[in-house]
Amino acid sequence: MLRLPEFNYIRAKSLKQAGRLLADLGPEAMAVAGGTDVYPKMKRGQFTPRHLVSLRFLSELRGIRPGTKDGMWIGAGETLTAVSQNPAVNKLFPALAHAAGSVSTPQLRNVGTIGGNVFVDTRCNYYDQTFFWRQAAGFCMKKDGDICLVAPKSKMCLAVFSSDTAPVLVSLGAVATFSGPNGLRRVLFDECYRDDGINFLTKQSNEVLQGISIPRPAFGQRNVYLKLRRRGSFDFPVLGVAAAMQFNPKGVCLSSKIVLTAVASAPVVVDEAAHLLEGKTVTRDAIEAAAEAAAKVSHPVDNADLDYWYRKRMTKVYVKRALAELAGIQLELEKGAVKPRQI
Amino acid sequence: MPKRKKSSKTDAAQKGWAKRLLRLKVNGEIKEVATETSKTLLEVLREDLNLTGTKHGCELGECGTCTVLINGDAVLSCLVLGVESEDAEIVTVEGLMRDSQPHPLQRAFADLGATQCGYCIPGILLTAKVLLDKNPHPTRDEVREALSGNLCRCTGYTKILEAVELAARGEEGQ
Ligand SMILES: Cc1cc2nc3c(=O)[nH]c(=O)nc-3n(C[C@H](O)[C@H](O)[C@H](O)COP(=O)(O)OP(=O)(O)OC[C@H]3O[C@@H](n4cnc5c(N)ncnc54)[C@H](O)[C@@H]3O)c2cc1C
Ligand code: FES
Ligand code: FES
Repeated sequence: MLRLPEFNYIRAKSLKQAGRLLADLGPEAMAVAGGTDVYPKMKRGQFTPRHLVSLRFLSELRGIRPGTKDGMWIGAGETLTAVSQNPAVNKLFPALAHAAGSVSTPQLRNVGTIGGNVFVDTRCNYYDQTFFWRQAAGFCMKKDGDICLVAPKSKMCLAVFSSDTAPVLVSLGAVATFSGPNGLRRVLFDECYRDDGINFLTKQSNEVLQGISIPRPAFGQRNVYLKLRRRGSFDFPVLGVAAAMQFNPKGVCLSSKIVLTAVASAPVVVDEAAHLLEGKTVTRDAIEAAAEAAAKVSHPVDNADLDYWYRKRMTKVYVKRALAELAGIQLELEKGAVKPRQI
Repeated sequence: MPKRKKSSKTDAAQKGWAKRLLRLKVNGEIKEVATETSKTLLEVLREDLNLTGTKHGCELGECGTCTVLINGDAVLSCLVLGVESEDAEIVTVEGLMRDSQPHPLQRAFADLGATQCGYCIPGILLTAKVLLDKNPHPTRDEVREALSGNLCRCTGYTKILEAVELAARGEEGQ
């Protein structure tokens, strides 16, 4: 049986107290919200906190408010079910509703929060295993070992950033509000991540995410998220494409942002693709060029489900599909391709 | 090489990890139990309250057989702590019966032979109950979506989907 190891469970009474507890207890403490990432990882010995500071019952992390001065506010403690079913989220940010609704299973989304989802641990075939398995195969540098088992010469851990909602928030220019020892801090989601499988977050461990602000969409803005996974029912993404574009009434692209997930240890913004599209009418050729550029910066390695070369090839296909959907263009199916079931 | 901390009950007692008195409301009854803080609701239900109808599968959130209802929502009891379930209404498969009569879903599953080994069924019944409570006449796709987190290794799902639809039509037990 996989039991949880022993730990101290502390139910934080306020956001401030949660931050203070995390600061006082230091590296042996960890925040837990829904626990759907933390508990399995504790059972497998990947996380070994001595103290868990629970954010689960904090009313300060609740609420979805569409009309604030910074746009839409989503409390970090809102469940993925609440986010994916919220009418305002569905209307303004269908990409976010779809991303939140594509995380795992209905039961897990009833408990898992959006705050936990944007900070979900990076994944790797050699790391997401039981303690027994990792002990037998040899530990890796992300936990208990000192080399990367995927690329033994790599100085960095190559575990894959696998959040579904984070790339969407980056593409929408969303801002994170952290509550920490020095008060509140606001930072673009774009700046919350770094390409390092172990230290993939730029925030301090005692900073608690209070909520997310998404700027009101400009007139003519559309957004989409497409996810590739093995099973249609539920699975982590092995590739995700979030795209947001603003069009003028004549169909000219005014701004665009394409963000990939599950191809590196952080979300990858495809800057080049944006430059290829902005100021232009989005044609099939422009989409082809932007998709090509996205595939160039997509570097999946052999540490997740499905072959890495396939995931790279699918980057082009999925970016094409995402952009075509935004531009309202019907693409011919790639040669030999099967019409995808929308997932 | 790192050693994994073994945590048995005696270890916990030696190290002084506290047991806690939990007050849980399960199937309408208040139950008090002294148990380790680290126990999941699944472990508390099965080991401390002897409610073994809730099944114990992957323990990692991947199979859905441990599903119970907490305040009317289907959740995975292997990923929720006992201490996190206090002050909530918990319903397990044992709580599905009404006046000693099986729930319409239970009858529909029996009518169609929609269960084989039965291991996945408690979780499926509870998940389907939430669906029908919220949406009494779901389409096939809605049933499929609602049950997408419940794995079954035996049936191939067709009979399960048909049984939920039979119960939705109110035609079970005829
Ligand atoms: C079977 C299974 C399938 C899954 N599939 C997917 C999937 O398809 N896509 C996906 O993205 N994820 C998936 N997950 C991972 C996880 O369940 C989700 O990412 C979920 O949203 C995590 O939210 P949580 O509230 O449970 O986080 P927790 O487990 O509570 O926390 C996760 C991390 O976030 C930190 N954290 C949580 N809240 C805050 C906060 N407010 N401030 C600061 N730090 C915080 C915690 O300290 C921890 O490091 C899956 C998990 C399982 C078990
Ligand atoms: S035992 Fe809980 S999901 Fe498998
Ligand atoms: S009936 Fe055997 S697992 Fe579903």
